[in-house]
Parts: sequence; C-alpha cells; structure tokens
Amino acid sequence: MRRPVDTGDPDRLYTVTGGRSRADDDFDLVTLVVSESEPTAGMQSEHARILDLCRHPTAVVEIAAELKLPITVVRILLGDLLAMGRITARHPRAAQSLASLPDSALLKEVLHGLRNL
Amino acid sequence: MGSAISELPSRRTPLADAAETGLKIVIVGGFGVGKTTLVRSVSEIRPLNTEEVMTQAGVGVDETSGVAAKTTTTVAFDFGRISLNERMVLYLFGAPGQERFWFLWDRLFSGTLGAVVLVDTRRMDDSWYAIDRLEHHRTPFVVAVNRFDDDTAGYSLDEIRQALALPERVPLIDCDARLRQSGKDVLITLVDHLYELAMAQEMTP
Ligand SMILES: Nc1nc2c(ncn2[C@@H]2O[C@H](COP(=O)(O)OP(=O)(O)OP(=O)(O)O)[C@@H](O)[C@H]2O)c(=O)[nH]1
Ligand SMILES: [Mg+2]
Repeated sequence: MRRPVDTGDPDRLYTVTGGRSRADDDFDLVTLVVSESEPTAGMQSEHARILDLCRHPTAVVEIAAELKLPITVVRILLGDLLAMGRITARHPRAAQSLASLPDSALLKEVLHGLRNL
Repeated sequence: MGSAISELPSRRTPLADAAETGLKIVIVGGFGVGKTTLVRSVSEIRPLNTEEVMTQAGVGVDETSGVAAKTTTTVAFDFGRISLNERMVLYLFGAPGQERFWFLWDRLFSGTLGAVVLVDTRRMDDSWYAIDRLEHHRTPFVVAVNRFDDDTAGYSLDEIRQALALPERVPLIDCDARLRQSGKDVLITLVDHLYELAMAQEMTP
C-alpha cells in the first residue's frame, strides 16, 4: 500500500475529470484551499466533497488523501471550483524555484514554531 | 462557513482558520529507512498517504485513451503536518529516494524549504543517488543517520561523512526516527542550516 505501484485506474480518473488531463499548475501541494460556498444539489460529488472539506483551510495534498484521488486529478477539480468562484486559494509564499532560498525572517518564524513544539 | 453540524468526530483536526502559508520539507531515503516513522513522530496528524499518477510525458491522466490506457505510473508518498503557529503550517513529505522515483520528486517538491536525507548505515549505498541529486538541484539538505538497534558496525559520523563523500558544510547528525524529540532536532538542524544560508545570501550584495 505504501509502496509505489504500477497500476492506477485510468477509467475512474477519466470519469472524474470528464476526460481532461491538464491540471492547474497553480495549485501547489501545500496551497491552502478555502470554500466560499456550500455544496449544492446536483453538483458533481467530488466537487461537493471538496467544498465540504474546505470549510476550514485544507492543503491540496490533504484533499487528495481524503478523496483518495491522485494529486493531478484534484488539481483539475480545484481548477473547476476556482473558475466557479466557489473556493479561494492561499498560495505558499516560499520560493517556487528549487534553487532559491526563502528569506531569513520566514525561516526564523519556522524555527521558532519548531522549538515551541 | 463556520457550521460544525456536518463535522463527524472521526474527521481530522482542521487547520486554524487563519492558516495562510503552507511550507514543505522532504524526507528522502531508501526503502525501510524510517521515513514514515520520522514523519509520524513529529506530525500532529496520523501520516496520510496519497499518490501521483505520471505518464511518460509528465502530464497526469492519459489524454488519448481513458479506456485502453497506456501504462501510467502511480507513485505513493506519505505526509504529515505541523502547525507552526496560527498562520503557518509545515508539511513533511516522505519520498522514496531511488533513482526511478526522482521524476516525482522534481515535480512535486519544487518550492520545498529543504530536505532531510535519512541514512541507514547498513545500506549506505541507497543514499548516494539522493545526495547527488539534491546537490545537483542545489536544494539545501541535512543528513540524518537513523541508527537501528542491529546496526552493529557503529560507524562514527566522521566515517559516515567520508563514506558518503559529504562536504563539511552539510550538517550530519544522528537520530532515532521513533522519538519525537529526535525528529524535532533533525528538523531544527535543517531549518537552522537554511537560516544560516539565507543570512549569508542576504549579506552578499
Ligand atoms: N530500531 C529502530 N527501528 C526503526 C527506526 N526507525 C524506523 N524503524 C523501524 O523500521 C521499519 C521501517 O520504518 P518506516 O518508517 O516504515 O520506513 P520507510 O522509510 O517509511 O519505509 P518505506 O516507506 O517502506 O520505504 C519499521 O518497522 C520501523 O518501526 C529506528 O530509529 N530504530
Ligand atoms: Mg514509508
């Protein structure tokens, strides 16, 4: 279960995303998503579940784990909800490139938080 | 959005409503080195498991088929989380370090603060590729030696540094992934190191 495996279920993924394959790259793994409205009747069930889950800020990766869907699929669903104005996204402010460091003030806050655990 | 009626008791503890900044640290290492154990020992939630589906081209769901799909690769990884304060939340990702999974690493973990390479001295070779790759990407990292009970060789940190050809500037520490305090110390060592690097960078014009 924890081991990387080679299957995947393309059929199911295809259904959930309506056949689309381009994920919205704006959603980082740790982008925090917040619902802006309640689920409505007749809504695709995955959309409704996301709105339900994100009453409190919830990271993309936690949504994926909770819905048991791959990250890519969740990004597509979030793109839909964003376009409908039903969610807002709080993006990470840490550096987006692999090679650049976040500023020392942010790191100091992280250190402080870790020391207080 | 404040209604609590639909919140079942089994649901995970939600983040604070003021949470706005997500941060990432990656724990990388070979099979069974203790990645999940480390994540569990410091996480405020039970580690969760999720997966990413990849195709050759690096795009998610296969566009052309949907039915008779060519083989996609699913890579599983687990993660935990630490609320640092009301606004900041740190996610820890346990990622397999073997060469064939690094395409996942490249894609998923961009923007990470830094990495912890977990090393098992009985299988030191497993760490080579991860260290090499991190240096190549200039992702800052520390190396933590997870000492297992049946590690009889008892190499010193100096010997391990030599064996891994690890430059002096990369912090190298002992840890016991099962202990919360030890896990915390590993993370603090990493962020301390990042802080030093950031300060040095900010000093140079
Ligand atoms: N003695 C000892 N055992 C440990 C330590 N850390 C982990 N273990 C044990 O080693 C085994 C593997 O640990 P995991 O945390 O599952 O390792 P992993 O890196 O997540 O493994 P994979 O995800 O399968 O690659 C488990 O049975 C742990 O209880 C340690 O510091 N000392
Ligand atoms: Mg594991």
